[in-house]
Amino acid sequence: MRSFTSFVIKEFHHIFRDRKTLIVLFGIPVVQILIFGYVITNNFKDIGIAVMDQSNDIHSKGIQSKVFSSGYFIYKGAIRSEKEIESKFQRGDIRAVLVFPSKFTSDIEGSGSSEIQIITDASDPNLANTVVNYLSGIVRQYQVQKLGNGLQKSMMVVETRMLFNESLKGAYMFVPGTMALILLLICALLTSISVAREKELGTMEVLLVSPLRPAQIILGKVMPYVGLGFINAIVILLMGTLVFQLPISGSLILLMAELLLYIVLSLSLGIFISTMAPNQQVAMFISLFALMLPAVLLSGFIYPIENMPLVLQWLSYIIPPRWFIIIVKDIMLKGNGLEYIWDETLILTGMTVIFIIASIRKFKIRLEG
Amino acid sequence: MRTLLFLIQKEFIQIARNKTMLPLIFIMPIVQLVILVYAADLNMKSIEYSVFDLDASHASRELLSHYDSSPFFDTQEQLFSDEDMEHSLKSGEADIVIKIPKGFEKSLMNNESVEVQFLVDGINNAAAVITTAYAQNILLKYHNNLGSSWLNLQEVQAKGIEIKSRHWFNPELDFKVYMVPGILVLLVSMIGWILTALNIVREKEIGTIEQINVTPVRKYQFLLGKLAPFWLIAMFELAFGLLLGRILFGVPIIGSVGLLFLFTAVYMLAPLGIGLLFSSLSNNQQQVMFLTFFFNLTFIMMSGLFTPVESMPNWAQYVNYLNPLAYFMPVIRMVLLKGSDFLDVLPNLIGIAIYSVVVLYLASLAYRKRV
Repeated sequence: MRSFTSFVIKEFHHIFRDRKTLIVLFGIPVVQILIFGYVITNNFKDIGIAVMDQSNDIHSKGIQSKVFSSGYFIYKGAIRSEKEIESKFQRGDIRAVLVFPSKFTSDIEGSGSSEIQIITDASDPNLANTVVNYLSGIVRQYQVQKLGNGLQKSMMVVETRMLFNESLKGAYMFVPGTMALILLLICALLTSISVAREKELGTMEVLLVSPLRPAQIILGKVMPYVGLGFINAIVILLMGTLVFQLPISGSLILLMAELLLYIVLSLSLGIFISTMAPNQQVAMFISLFALMLPAVLLSGFIYPIENMPLVLQWLSYIIPPRWFIIIVKDIMLKGNGLEYIWDETLILTGMTVIFIIASIRKFKIRLEG
Repeated sequence: MRTLLFLIQKEFIQIARNKTMLPLIFIMPIVQLVILVYAADLNMKSIEYSVFDLDASHASRELLSHYDSSPFFDTQEQLFSDEDMEHSLKSGEADIVIKIPKGFEKSLMNNESVEVQFLVDGINNAAAVITTAYAQNILLKYHNNLGSSWLNLQEVQAKGIEIKSRHWFNPELDFKVYMVPGILVLLVSMIGWILTALNIVREKEIGTIEQINVTPVRKYQFLLGKLAPFWLIAMFELAFGLLLGRILFGVPIIGSVGLLFLFTAVYMLAPLGIGLLFSSLSNNQQQVMFLTFFFNLTFIMMSGLFTPVESMPNWAQYVNYLNPLAYFMPVIRMVLLKGSDFLDVLPNLIGIAIYSVVVLYLASLAYRKRV
């Protein structure tokens, strides 16, 4: 036990001696949360569109003024012929063109119907779709307000209530996501490097001939970083609640326990990577390159998992952030207790156990030549 | 010149000899490309909804059958109380609950106004907006049809503005065509960046850099020797990825391939240069890795692949001048999907050329022959 304690103390010395890493380590979550908080909010605004107005009358102008006062769109000039559109799209100046036919107002007031065309640059299909949705919404609203819907019958009133996020803040989505992402990557990087480094510098042999057992070495490697990871998590949590006003509706203790579980999981994933990697280069390459994009794309952080093809949905099951994001959202935003998230918790626990056992088994007592 | 060739040869031998690294460099990006491209579908295909029908009448069932037959909605369950409603949303079983009030049918018959309630899980704000819009559309359609069919009123002429949309360059709104170039840019940049970043600092840590330092090899030769192999690898992977995108996902190549490679050739110097710069600034691999991790993730998120750049706040758009990915991301799509020509991409080409020169210059300043 004494040798174990001194081993843990040695690990702490390693960490605190490298000031540059420490600064980066604590700078990362703060800066990243701030950047993502203000940048990646999924807010749709300031999209440049041009107008091709062949009638230039009351209603075509009325709709335009609604469109450009909405805040979603910016006016990028008038277009006279369809030929101009292509070159504008090719230069990337505008994302869509709103086309009014000739005699727009007189058609509406006379025959009662007319047609608006929206031409989009669909090289970004998701954005094109959103543009059409928002534009249609504005036109529909204009129609109801200014023209009436032309039907004399009962009114259908829709009352919509947004639960858990009444003002639809983007932060509610991305703070849990960023937290899951940053914690996973930082923790996995930390431990994966730590073991591979000892191998590379040759100090691993010293550890191996010491009376420490493989399980003790692995545990000793994980323990100091649990503290670091936890401080990081608290910082992110504080930023989320203070800067972006996320509530913590559920139990704080439960949230802390889940955070701890997730940190241990990420650290053991790092250890697992390092037992397979011969040197730091490979360890880092795997924990950075192989983890980053899948963790971003398959965790449900940006793209909803339900929309993915089945194979990808299965693949997302092994991505820890996928489960952790659900847990954080449930506790913080929905105020759910353990009865709602026991299955996710169980999955994360299972993953942790698997990584630890696999690492201990893979841990070689001998260095091969 | 001969010295440079020897240095490049040495780097290649080192890369080829590393049996664990080699497959990682070549196979992992391809695997990621093929898999991750499928992930980026923002179209809601299965909105899970539950129903709390207090009226249980012919009219309410008719309305619900509209939701049932919609391809966007998946029926979950019938709810019988407000507690059920809350539980359904809390547990995530439903994204939206539709509550139909008592007397729904009667009010409709008497031409009085009726109120239908949508309760939506608002945590994912973007998805919540779309979900609500879809749900409202169905309700509107049902309501509009009522006039003629069910209430047996006189036929009402549908009056109003029809909205037609046409999607250029990608009429089917295939998101894979959009994602392949985007992910390709990320992968190629990350590979080049990470590999160079790890390279010099590793020589520092192992001590072999001192051996180089005492040789007559010049600074620029040494740096070029480090850059060239990874530059070649990145170009090769881009070509391979494009080919794969063409075959597997039918990504069109409308513009000039030559133009794209010219741009890439200049562009790749930027992430490689950043890698070198970080590598020269760091004392060990751990430091360089955290620096790389931080900037990589930040640049990826701000590249415009996930959220349109013009929707970002102004300061973020200025920060993006420092983000090499933000130069390349629009260009690769412009050339591949829209057939943009040299003049269209010229502003970005000039921008990234200046960027590359500056970064390489800084890297050469940071690298000193002394330890």
